[in-house]
Amino acid sequence: MATAPESVAQALPDTPSRANGGRKPFFKRMLANRRTSVAGAFLLLIVVVAVLAPLIAPHDYRDIVGKPLTSGGTLGIDDFGRDVLSRLIIGLRTSLGVAVSAVLVAGVIGVALGLVAGYVGRWVSTIIMRGIDVLLSFPPIVLAIAVVAILGPALVNVVLVIGVLYIPRFTRIVYSQVLSIRSMEYVEASKIMGTRPADILAKTILPNVSAPIIVQLSLSVSFAIQMEAGLSFLGLGAQPPLPSLGTMVGAGRDFLEVQPTLLIYPSVLIILVVLALNVFGDGMRDLLDPRHRGKNS
Amino acid sequence: MRRFLVRRFGQAIVQLLLVGSIVFFLARLIPGDPARAALGDAATEEQVALTRAAMHLDEPFLGQFLGFWARLFQGDLGTSMISGRAVMQDLPSRIGNSLELVLLALAVSLVVGIVLGRIAATRADKPADHALVAGSIFGISLPVFVVGTLLLLVFAVLFPILPPRRFTSPWEDPVAHLQILILPVVTLAAASCAVITRMTRAAMLETLNADYVRTARAKGLAEKRVIRRHALRTAMLPVVSMTTVELTTLIGSTVLVETIFGWPGMSSLLMNAVGQRDYPVIQAVVLAAATIVILVNLVGDLAVRVLDPRAEDN
Repeated sequence: MATAPESVAQALPDTPSRANGGRKPFFKRMLANRRTSVAGAFLLLIVVVAVLAPLIAPHDYRDIVGKPLTSGGTLGIDDFGRDVLSRLIIGLRTSLGVAVSAVLVAGVIGVALGLVAGYVGRWVSTIIMRGIDVLLSFPPIVLAIAVVAILGPALVNVVLVIGVLYIPRFTRIVYSQVLSIRSMEYVEASKIMGTRPADILAKTILPNVSAPIIVQLSLSVSFAIQMEAGLSFLGLGAQPPLPSLGTMVGAGRDFLEVQPTLLIYPSVLIILVVLALNVFGDGMRDLLDPRHRGKNS
Repeated sequence: MRRFLVRRFGQAIVQLLLVGSIVFFLARLIPGDPARAALGDAATEEQVALTRAAMHLDEPFLGQFLGFWARLFQGDLGTSMISGRAVMQDLPSRIGNSLELVLLALAVSLVVGIVLGRIAATRADKPADHALVAGSIFGISLPVFVVGTLLLLVFAVLFPILPPRRFTSPWEDPVAHLQILILPVVTLAAASCAVITRMTRAAMLETLNADYVRTARAKGLAEKRVIRRHALRTAMLPVVSMTTVELTTLIGSTVLVETIFGWPGMSSLLMNAVGQRDYPVIQAVVLAAATIVILVNLVGDLAVRVLDPRAEDN
């Protein structure tokens, strides 16, 4: 494998992170960075909308509320006569729900594998890390398409596939971090005190590798949203009538000439959400990771 | 160096074997009887039995596995269940078409990304840098299918400068071929450009502060020469590593781009196969894509090794 950082998300340096280092409390520093706090506030709004979607949407996403392809409602009426705004809100909920669940699956499994590989070492780490390399040999979306095509296009399959595909992001980061701190004095001290390995991993090592994990969570959600939207765009994700942002872009393609807004609204929303996640993730990295400060900002 | 070569090639071979095995097991993930799933409920028992035989599903498991590898080594990637053609008849030209898009997009994004990254790094914290940094994070946030569809909307529908047209091979009509290449290549290159710009900028900022660059300046070299010979050259190493990562991303992104622009590459072969539940073709395309990624990574690692003066056997 190339020793390169895996993606935009860049490999993180191998020094133990100092989440609480720095002069001011964490939240104060976050608020001091305007870009990060604007992105964070927007994401908060997005999450609230997604969680409360059925309450906020003016109509049911399946209801026919007007003449197809007209400008009724706030953002128009789609080709089936359904309210576009309501479908955008529910579509956002679908996309965000799938992305967050997938990243949680990836995070839990990936972090666990990274901790074990880094701490135990020897053949265990060889097996785990070579397995990770194999997973990285597939272009993610190609493998996702194949697996979803085989298992059937259901959202739970999409969550599982994206979850498995994003395991390497977490395993690699945690692994390199654990390698660099496992021989630190405080880890040795816990060992000598007779702490069980599971407790050392959970209580001593995990808190010290948590900063890059948090950054990776934020950036991974941004990739997972794009992946879910891509699969849905191809018809392999959310199945009609349930909207996702990707299916809405896909459906909008058929009406480019009649009503381009059907394409434009979901496209803009995806771009905004992904942009906010990336800006927020970058900001978090700058805050949590002293060595990265200012490099990519 | 020899030890490195042996280890790295060995690793690639092991990866290929594991990837092939995973692809073999993919078909075993199909719920129920794959032959029945492919043919649909209307098929007779006899048809299903024939298809089972064609897919080697009637053999014992170990036999299936070994047979899969034996055929693979003979260059037999299976037979399409829909067209009855050997996958190898169609796959090579499809891979060629896909690689044309991918390599052109990579070339565009390397040239644009390195130039922009250099501009940003040499003007750090000035307006040009801020604009480029903002532009690149925006570029990274553009999902490829959104870019493609919006480009189609703008250049094919609103201002029909590049109307969608039938695929024409470069041998038939080179000009028409170039015209249909533009939108898919730009779509693919957009995000990569942004990534490479960011990477070049970050790497150059690091080298511009390095001691040997200060030395170069101190001995009175012209700034241009310092940047080109000393800073940019070292900064290219992470960019080379990044290039292999970007290639993987681009190979994945072609799935969406080919679907949007009707490009007859391996991804549209994949999407057709998915629509028709043509499992052997799905397997073959996944295997081909993964093989390309493994080879790209191998070449990338070798390139870094050759270029990096610090790399030694250890």
